[in-house]
Amino acid sequence: MEKWENNKAWFLILPVFIIVAFSAIIPLMTVVNYSVQDIFGPGQRVFVGTEWFEEVLSDKRLHDALWRQFLFSGLVLLIEIPLGILIALMMPKRGWGVSVCLVTLALPLLIPWNVIGTIWIIFTRPDIGLLGAAINSFGVAFDHTAAPMDAWITLILMEVWHWTPLVTLLAYAGLRAIPEAYYQAAKIDGASAWATFRYIQLPKMRGVLTIAVLLRFMDSFLIYAEPFVLTGGGPGNSTTFLSIYLVKIAVGQFDLGPAAAFSLVYFLVVLLFSWLFYQALQNVGKGREG
Amino acid sequence: MAQIELNEIAHSYIANPKGPADYALKRIHHIWEDGGAYALLGPSGCGKTTLLNIISGLLTPSEGRVLYDGWEVTGLPPEKRNIAQVFQFPVLYDTMTVYDNLAFPLRNRKIAENEVDSRVLEVADILDLTPDLKKKAAGLTADAKQKISLGRGLVRSDVAAILFDEPLTVIDPHLKWHLRRKLKEIHDQLQLTLIYVTHDQVEAMTFADKVMVMFEGEIVQVGTPEELFENPNHTFVGYFIGSPGMNFLPCTLVGNVARVGGTSIILDDEVAALGRKAKGALELGIRPMYLEVHGRAVNGGIPVRIKAVEDQGTFKILTLTLEGQVVRARLPEDKAVPDDMAWVRFPPERTKLFADGRLVKRAG
Amino acid sequence: MGLVLRNVDKTVGGETHLKAINLNFEPGSRNVLLGRTLAGKTSLLRIMAGLDRPSRGSVLIDGRDVTGVSVRKRSVAMVYQQFINYPSLTIYKNIASPLKVSGMNNAEIDRRVRETAKMLHIDDLLDRLPAELSGGQQQRTAIARALVKDAQLLLLDEPLVNLDYKLREELRTELQDIFQRREAIVVYTTTEPAEALMLGGNIVVIDEGRILQTGPTPDVYHNPATLKVAEVFSDPPINYLDGRVNDRYAFLGRDIKIPLSGHLRRLAPGDYTFGIRSNHLFLFRLNAEDAEITAEVELSEINGSETFIHINHYDTFLVVQDVGIHPRKIGSRISVFMNPASLFVYDSSGTLIASPSPGSLAAGR
Repeated sequence: MEKWENNKAWFLILPVFIIVAFSAIIPLMTVVNYSVQDIFGPGQRVFVGTEWFEEVLSDKRLHDALWRQFLFSGLVLLIEIPLGILIALMMPKRGWGVSVCLVTLALPLLIPWNVIGTIWIIFTRPDIGLLGAAINSFGVAFDHTAAPMDAWITLILMEVWHWTPLVTLLAYAGLRAIPEAYYQAAKIDGASAWATFRYIQLPKMRGVLTIAVLLRFMDSFLIYAEPFVLTGGGPGNSTTFLSIYLVKIAVGQFDLGPAAAFSLVYFLVVLLFSWLFYQALQNVGKGREG
Repeated sequence: MAQIELNEIAHSYIANPKGPADYALKRIHHIWEDGGAYALLGPSGCGKTTLLNIISGLLTPSEGRVLYDGWEVTGLPPEKRNIAQVFQFPVLYDTMTVYDNLAFPLRNRKIAENEVDSRVLEVADILDLTPDLKKKAAGLTADAKQKISLGRGLVRSDVAAILFDEPLTVIDPHLKWHLRRKLKEIHDQLQLTLIYVTHDQVEAMTFADKVMVMFEGEIVQVGTPEELFENPNHTFVGYFIGSPGMNFLPCTLVGNVARVGGTSIILDDEVAALGRKAKGALELGIRPMYLEVHGRAVNGGIPVRIKAVEDQGTFKILTLTLEGQVVRARLPEDKAVPDDMAWVRFPPERTKLFADGRLVKRAG
Repeated sequence: MGLVLRNVDKTVGGETHLKAINLNFEPGSRNVLLGRTLAGKTSLLRIMAGLDRPSRGSVLIDGRDVTGVSVRKRSVAMVYQQFINYPSLTIYKNIASPLKVSGMNNAEIDRRVRETAKMLHIDDLLDRLPAELSGGQQQRTAIARALVKDAQLLLLDEPLVNLDYKLREELRTELQDIFQRREAIVVYTTTEPAEALMLGGNIVVIDEGRILQTGPTPDVYHNPATLKVAEVFSDPPINYLDGRVNDRYAFLGRDIKIPLSGHLRRLAPGDYTFGIRSNHLFLFRLNAEDAEITAEVELSEINGSETFIHINHYDTFLVVQDVGIHPRKIGSRISVFMNPASLFVYDSSGTLIASPSPGSLAAGR
C-alpha cells in the first residue's frame, strides 16, 4: 500500500515531465544530433564528427564575442551586486515605506525584455530621448548608434536598471532575517557601520548573495533580447555578444551544423562557470562554518 | 564598576499612553550598588527585558532618568555607557576566530595591539578558552559560544556592568552548573556589577546577592534569596519562588486561630494580632518544605488524605487535600511516607498570613 | 497494544544517530527519554512516529510490523518544542483539524474539541488566533490538538523547554493528570533529570545514540547501572572519587579511609570509582560512621533554602548540597561529611557494583 502512495506522486509530476521533455530535452537531443552533421537540406545529411566543433572553437569572431560577453557579465556583476546590497541597506525596515520601496523596485522586473530595449533606445536618443538630449545639451556628443563606447555605456546602464532590483530584493530578504540581537551586540562592542556590515550583515547574507550572483551571471551571460533591440549587435559588432552571434549563424546563415555545435559549447561554458561560482561561494561558506 | 540608579523610570511602547495598562514598565525607582550581583526575576512579559535594555541603553525610557555613578546617561547609546550585554542565544562574529572575536571590542576602540593581546589572553584564561583561541568561533558548542559572548564584555577594562538576558537558555542542564559557577567566579574575581535577567528562579537565586522580583511591569520585592524565601512580601513572590511554590489557603481569623473551612490552625501571636488589624481577604501561606507531615496523630496535627506521592530523587512531593484545597509538602529523600492518611502540622513560626495578597507583618 | 523497537539503527551520511535500540512500551505506560542534546532523542521519536525510517531494524505496533508504514497511516500524535499551530486558523479549528481529516461528523468534533480544550484550560480562547496567545497557551493548543485525536501513541519532544519556569511546573502537573487518564503510550523527551523524576513512569536513558538503561524512573535513579547513567541522570552532577580497596578498607581521594562494612563489605580488592550525590554530602557530622572529606571552598551558592558549595579535594571537584543557608568564604578550608552507606561503587569498566539500599541512606533531619 505504501508503494502506491509514492507512485501517486510520480503521476502528479508526469505532466511536467512531458512538457519539459518536449520543450527542452528532445530539442537538446536534436541539437546534439545536428552538431555532428552537415545539413544540406531536409533528408540530406552527412556525419562529420567533430568538424563543426573544431571550426567553431577556432573562429576568431566567436572568440571576440566570448571576450565581450565576459567583459559584459563581469562589469554587470561588479556594479549590480554592490549597488543592490547598498540599496537594500538603505531601505526602511518597518512601516508603509517598505511596501512603497518594494513595489517601486519590482517595476523594472515586470517589463517584457524587448520593451526594455525599446524604452532605452528612445530614452538615449540624442534628439528626442530625455537622457540623450540632456547629455548632448551639456556638449557631450552621445550617440549609442554611432560610438561603441556609448553603446556599451547604454547597455550597461539598461542592464543595471533592469536587474539591480532583483539583487536588492534578495539582499533585503537576507538582511531582514538577521536577529536584532546581532546589531545590539555590535553596538555594544563599539563596531562602526562598516564593521557591522563586514562582520555581521555580509556573512549572514551569504546564502542569498550566492543565489543573486548565480542568477545574475547566468542571465547576463545569456542575454539576448535587450541588446538585440537596442543595438542589434552594433555599431559594427562592438556589442555582438555570444547569443547574438549564435543567432546570426543559426538563423541568418541557416548553418545548422555549426550553430548546433556552437549552442552546445555555449551551454557547456555557462554550466562550467556557474558551477565554478557555486563551488567558490559554497567553499567560502564551508570554511567559515568550520 | 558603577553604581546604577534608575530614577522614576517608566516606559511605554505606545506614543501616547493613557493608563497603566499601556505601560510596559510602571514605576521603577532603584539603586544598584557597585559590584553587586543582581537578578531580575519574573514571568514572561513582566518587563524585565525592557528594563535591562533601558539600563544598557538599547532603549530610551519614555519617562525617568538613568544615572551611572551620579552621571546622567539616559540618552547615551550603549557603546558610550561602558556596559556589556550577553544575549539569550550566543551572538558571535562567525567569520572570525575566537581570538578575533574577543579582540573585536578592543580593536574598535583603537587600543594598541600588544595590550589587546594581553587582555584577550587574560580573559581567555579566566573562561578556559585558551585552547580554542585559534579556532573559528562558529564551530564551537553553545556553552563555549556563550563564554565568548561573555568574554567580549570582560576584555574591556573600562566595563562598568555586565548585563545578562537569560543567557543559559540554550545550554544543557549539566553545563549550566559549569557556566553559573564561572559567572560567580568572575564576579568574585573582578568585582563587576552584574545584572541577570531570568524567569528561572533557581538561576536567579543561586546567582544573585539580591533578587528583584517583577510582575506586570512593577517591582514586587527586592531582597536576598533568603529574604525572598522566608518572607515573601506578596503572594506572587511566595508562589513564584520555591519549587513547588508556597501553599495558599483562604482563611478567616478567630482570635489566634486561622479557620480554613472546619479546620483550625494556630498562628503565631504577633502574626495573629497584626492579622486582626489587617484589611482584606485573608490567606494562610506555608512553604511545602516547612509543612510537617506525620504518620500518626500528633498534637496540633490535622488529618489529611494523601492524593499522590512523587519521588523526585533528592526529595519527595506529597500532594494532600485539606478542606478541599490542594496542599503540597516537600519531604527529604529518606523520610518515610505514610500510606493513605497523614497528620500535618503548621509550625506557627513558619506560617504566614497574607491580606489581599500582601504579607501581614510589622511595618518598618 | 504495545510499541516495540527491535535492533533499530539510524545512520545518516556516515554518522550514527542511533545504534542497537531495543525498546518495549506497554499500552497506557508513561515513558521518559532522558538524554543530553544530540543524544538521539528526537531521531528516536521520529522513528517511532514513522516520520523517518530506521536504517536497520523494525518497529512493531501491536505485533504488526509498521516499519515502512507512513506516518499518515499510523495512530500517532506529536507535540514539538516550538509551539506549532496553524497560524491562520482559530484555536477551535486548530484543535479540530485532525478530526476533520478523519471525516468525523461535526457534532462529535465539536464535543471532543470542547472537552479537550476544557481539559487544558483554553476553552475560553477558542475564537482567537495563535499569534494572539501567550507561549503557554499556544503550547496548550498544540497539546490539545495532539490529544483530541485519541491516538495510540502520544509523542512529546521537550514540549515545555521554551516555557517559563513556573509555567513549566504547572503544565507538568497538568500533563501528569492528563496522561493518567489515557490508554495511549506516552513518550516524553527531556534533557532535565529533574523533569524526568517529576514525570515518573518509566525512563529510558539515552546517550550518543545508545540506550544506557531502562526501567521505572525511581529505580534507575537510585541504581544507575553505569557511571554514564549516573552522570546523565543527576542534577546537580553526581560527585566522583577515585579509590582503591584492600582487604579491610576503602581509600578514597587523597586521605579518606572507610572501613568496609554494610554494602561495601563484599568489595574485592582493586580500583574503583565511588559516586556520591550532592545531597548526601553534609556540612555537619550526623553519624559516628560518617567519613570526613577535607577540601577547599571554590564557590558557594545559595538559592533561598539550600546551599550549594563547590569544593576542591586535591583537584577532585565536588558539589555539596545542604539544606539551610550556610555561606562559606571562597578559599577557606572545609570539612564535609558523608555516610559511607550512601556510596555508589563502580568498577574500572564503569559498571555498578554496589549501590546504597533504600533506608540505609543518611537519616537525621
